Amino acid sequence: MNRRTDRHLANALAHPDITAGFGARDWEALIGQARTSDLLGQLAEVLRDAGDRVTVPEPVLFHLDAALRIAALHRQSLLLELAVIASALSALGEPVVLLKGGAYAVAGLRAGRSRLFGDIDLMVAKASLDPAEGALFRHGWRPTHLNAYDQRYYRQWMHELPPIEHFTRGTVIDLHHTIVPPTSGHIPDPARLIADARPVQVPHCPDIFRVLSPVDMVMHSACHLFYGELQKGLRDLYDLHCLIGEFSSEESFWERLLPQAQAHQLEYPVLLALRFAQRVFGTAVPEAIAEECDRRLGRRWTGALTDHLIDASMYALHPSSDSTWRRARRHILYARSHWLRMPLHLLIPHLAYKAFIHDEARVG
Amino acid sequence: MSGAPLSSLSRSDLQDRLRAPDGLRLHIGRFVTGIRSRHAQVADGLATLYADYRLADDDTFCDYAVEVGRGDGLRTFVRPQSVFRFEGMQPFKPLPGDQAFAMLEWGLNWVFTNHAQHYLIIHAAVLERDGQGLILAAPPGSGKSTLCAGLALRGWRLLSDELAMVGLEDGLLLPLPRPVSLKNRSIDIVRGLPGDPVIGPMAHDTAKGTVAHLKPPRSSVEEALSRVQPRWVVLPKFETGSECAVQPMGRARMFMSLVSNAFNYPRLGVTGFQAMGRLVEACDGYTARYGSLDQIVPVLESICSRPA
Repeated sequence: MNRRTDRHLANALAHPDITAGFGARDWEALIGQARTSDLLGQLAEVLRDAGDRVTVPEPVLFHLDAALRIAALHRQSLLLELAVIASALSALGEPVVLLKGGAYAVAGLRAGRSRLFGDIDLMVAKASLDPAEGALFRHGWRPTHLNAYDQRYYRQWMHELPPIEHFTRGTVIDLHHTIVPPTSGHIPDPARLIADARPVQVPHCPDIFRVLSPVDMVMHSACHLFYGELQKGLRDLYDLHCLIGEFSSEESFWERLLPQAQAHQLEYPVLLALRFAQRVFGTAVPEAIAEECDRRLGRRWTGALTDHLIDASMYALHPSSDSTWRRARRHILYARSHWLRMPLHLLIPHLAYKAFIHDEARVG
Repeated sequence: MSGAPLSSLSRSDLQDRLRAPDGLRLHIGRFVTGIRSRHAQVADGLATLYADYRLADDDTFCDYAVEVGRGDGLRTFVRPQSVFRFEGMQPFKPLPGDQAFAMLEWGLNWVFTNHAQHYLIIHAAVLERDGQGLILAAPPGSGKSTLCAGLALRGWRLLSDELAMVGLEDGLLLPLPRPVSLKNRSIDIVRGLPGDPVIGPMAHDTAKGTVAHLKPPRSSVEEALSRVQPRWVVLPKFETGSECAVQPMGRARMFMSLVSNAFNYPRLGVTGFQAMGRLVEACDGYTARYGSLDQIVPVLESICSRPA
């Protein structure tokens, strides 16, 4: 870790002008941090947008250009997959909500520009889960977790089915019926989420795809980050920074954000998202909301500790920004994510199973 | 590519640089690579095989920073391992400590294949003669590297023994000369060839058996920035005791053979298809079965000296 360079990535994404004084070592730290955080494509976009204000050295441009190429290929492959998914699911006669990266990309949002996509996340009403999964099976997707325990873990406790993988192309779909694990004790209303979702046009697809409304999208992005393992913390927070910045001008976005999050029992991750987006990227949040945010987070007795832990996940896992203590805090966060997802009477048997039985079951 | 060659460093300077935070910075083809390691074998291998590579200036941007570590905690002292890291990530499981130099070479292959997205990358040896490129594409075990070493020792310019990097825009072959990786019996075969072969540290009992590397000719290292027009594609197949049989190969078969040896063909989508099409259009293809270097080398030299 190097105190001089360890915040280069977040700073450059928020204010590309700071690269004006960069030497070779600074650029190395910046590119390396962006690469290990899956943010190289987004960084390339920011530096490209900055135009004449920023001079990127020739050898650095090579890496930014490589990231833009990869991102363009990812986007192409996403659109191809969506066309196949649409033909598989159109017979359901139900809306299919795209979540996360896929949603940002097809909705033309800044957060989706040159972002890499892993799995494709879809959400349908719980009653449509089985027919939707069946339709995808008939179009070449196959279960990946064949073990009976894993099947039950997902189907009984989680907010999504076990991931399914296409048997030739290898693309993975996570089929959701809600946005947080029901075992977490937070019960949002998925019917409302689907009803509030907005239509989105995907090339060569019948009109079945939706994306969450701006407020719900921010809420889900925040849940994904702060109820998750925070392994890609900086990337996910950058998504939020882009979403909030872009939705800020939408009518009644700010008036509805906290009340709606509260109605879905998901206020806490939204408060954290606002706090950390301001802190790390300087995201603009109206003063009244920022104050309310501090007030409510201040009431939690674990507030300062959680802050300190989360702070560690907002650095790239790169030698220029990583340290033993930051790594240790990431491990604690990993444990915390399980704690948030399940009550102890489910979690302890689950972890015991994973630790002692799971591998043998797999070998057998 | 200014800079003094690595051979200008004393052994202790070399070791100091390998231990410094920035690492030893070398021009390898068009890329600047930073290498860190505390393994003496890595220093040995670099001193022997990379002697002619230029050191990068201090203010030069480093494209790829890699490390071959000894493992964490006690491993630092007791039975050290070889742990490859790229930008702090660890893409492979550790290997035994005495395979450190081979680990560096394999790791670098991985880094170049996965990050240089401006090229269609094919698993092949590439050589140049009279300004035109020969691509030897074959799966492992076909004798590709031995043949490549044999040609390089006879004065062909070595572009790479592992990676044919075809520019997506210009269709030219990007040189990335590195030591030629030799396995098992081919180590002794190459050691016995004329042309003063220099062989680096031996790694025994690896996943591929015994592995050692041949130092690339100095002229190949020095010309590493000049790109080459591809002209011939040969699929070599070494078989003990075989007669020499070299047959022309149609473009469709050449296309599919190159696809099956390509690393990033599916990922590149349409761009990859177009680049592969252009490559195949530009080349004459041959299959070559042979039982010894003495048989195949003259045949290749006669094919590759015909007027273009």
